[in-house]
Amino acid sequence: MINKGLLMSVDKNEITHIAKLAKLHLTADSRQRYGADLRRILVLVEQMNAVQTDGVQPLAHPLDISARLRPDVVAEKDQRDRFQQGAPLVRDGYYLVPKVID
Amino acid sequence: MIHQRSLSELSALLAGGEISSVELTQHYLERSSRHNDALNCYISLFPEEALAQARQADKRLRNKQAGPLTGIPIAHKDIFCTLDKKTSCGSRMLDNFIAPYDAAVVERLHEAGMVMLGKTNMDEFAMGSSSESSYYGPVLNPWKRTCVPGGSSGGSAAAVAARLIPAATATDTGGSIRQPAAFCGVTGLKPTYGRVSRYGMIAFASSLDQAGPIAQSAADAALLLTALAGFDPRDSTSVERAGKDYLGDLNEEITGIRIGVPAEYLDHSNAPKVTTAINAALAELEGAGAERRAITLPTTPLSIPAYYVIAPAECSSNLSRYDGVRFGYRCADPGSLDDLFCRSRSEGFGAEVQRRIMTGTYVLSAGYYDAYYLKAQQIRRLIRDDFIHAFKQVDVIIGPTSPTTAFALHTHQDDPVGMYMADIYTVSANLAGLPAISIPAGFADGLPVGLQIIGNYFSEQQLLNIAHHYQQRTDWHRHIPEEFR
Repeated sequence: MINKGLLMSVDKNEITHIAKLAKLHLTADSRQRYGADLRRILVLVEQMNAVQTDGVQPLAHPLDISARLRPDVVAEKDQRDRFQQGAPLVRDGYYLVPKVID
Repeated sequence: MIHQRSLSELSALLAGGEISSVELTQHYLERSSRHNDALNCYISLFPEEALAQARQADKRLRNKQAGPLTGIPIAHKDIFCTLDKKTSCGSRMLDNFIAPYDAAVVERLHEAGMVMLGKTNMDEFAMGSSSESSYYGPVLNPWKRTCVPGGSSGGSAAAVAARLIPAATATDTGGSIRQPAAFCGVTGLKPTYGRVSRYGMIAFASSLDQAGPIAQSAADAALLLTALAGFDPRDSTSVERAGKDYLGDLNEEITGIRIGVPAEYLDHSNAPKVTTAINAALAELEGAGAERRAITLPTTPLSIPAYYVIAPAECSSNLSRYDGVRFGYRCADPGSLDDLFCRSRSEGFGAEVQRRIMTGTYVLSAGYYDAYYLKAQQIRRLIRDDFIHAFKQVDVIIGPTSPTTAFALHTHQDDPVGMYMADIYTVSANLAGLPAISIPAGFADGLPVGLQIIGNYFSEQQLLNIAHHYQQRTDWHRHIPEEFR
């Protein structure tokens, strides 16, 4: 059983932490809104706890197959210039971002 | 009128030279641009390129190099990459994205000679059941414009329902082909997971996503699936199994077919008129020789909780690629790299997408992974086992596609969980990877009711046969909203 304690812990700090992990910038308003929504979603999701699943193998993929591997050979041609046409900011084939190291 | 014709009829007219692809394309372009303001079902229309493709098709037709789909217009859901064309996925994040290649689905229908008329509107990143979350505004239901068309493939379903296009492509992660098909009174097929290549289809939840057709009838869906299905080495989950001619075997008898009707699918929470329509449809199928059997799928109520853990978890992982660096939206004047990531994402994604990313990140985060994510995957196995057990007793499973008909716009605006419950009958097929079709089965207060047929793995042919038999005995699929006739 996921206890109420876990649910109660979805407080402001938790939401801030999750937003940080998700790389989302939340305003005070949206933090409150997504916090409330997440609590409601977790109440829904907790219905799963009504079922005993000890010993049940998790099913990650509906067809029980593993991803097919391809031979380790170059199959794609270099299209960097073309793909970078859609990039917000590039120079000399590099993607530009704000300075990371001073 | 030409736009009331099925794909097979159009195909015959083109082959017989009674109409050219250019004339047909002009007709649908004119309808599409005239009615798009009323429905908002398109994000893009490509008049010039469509007419160029139509001229190519006419050449193929003249040279007797045409297939059954050559020269017929098609619209693609804006989740499929289209070479040198905007591919937005209904999001501000990709509003400026020009795809550098074609999705497999687009490529296959192009090779078949279909003419791409445009790209259809959808819930942002296919996350929604109403097509209201699009950056480009909501799609409206052609049967009643104060109602939603369903989602996420609402643009494709509405466009086909209003006959602005003879057929359209769509995708289904938790019901996004079937539920809008039901709400708009058209036929929508979600094939078995892995049946149609997902190459070039923008990922939402990779263990659930599957592409399929939305069309006017089962016969038309069969014709499209014949072109769409097949192995593709570029999609690592594509099943190594050749496609087949689904149209050729369409008239197979359905006498003696065992139809399972789960008690859970005729639940008291359905709108009463929906249950009435489904029971009438079942009686019709019994009249065609099918046998109705009562079954149970006891894990049905668990499908929504499990889905709303697994889908957001996979979405939060898939959507981590949108970083404002390599393509897509970038915020103005980022102060730091982290600011660039965070603001690009929160400005580029809409509310429902952010809500799902937050949910997914939460259930995958340290301390909660076992309690939520693993638990949901265990439930997923129980749901699949339920179906495997049921398919030992029956051939197909039938019930409503959705517990209600199309709901009014804004109904679930402040209630995401209420919206999620609309998917109760559709998400199970995605969790189990099974094929399922939604077909029109009557009306309730002027709005279409959808009947869902779920089949065993790779039983698309059987689903299409049953749907086709039903459509031979009824004319619900021929109804067109009055202002679009």
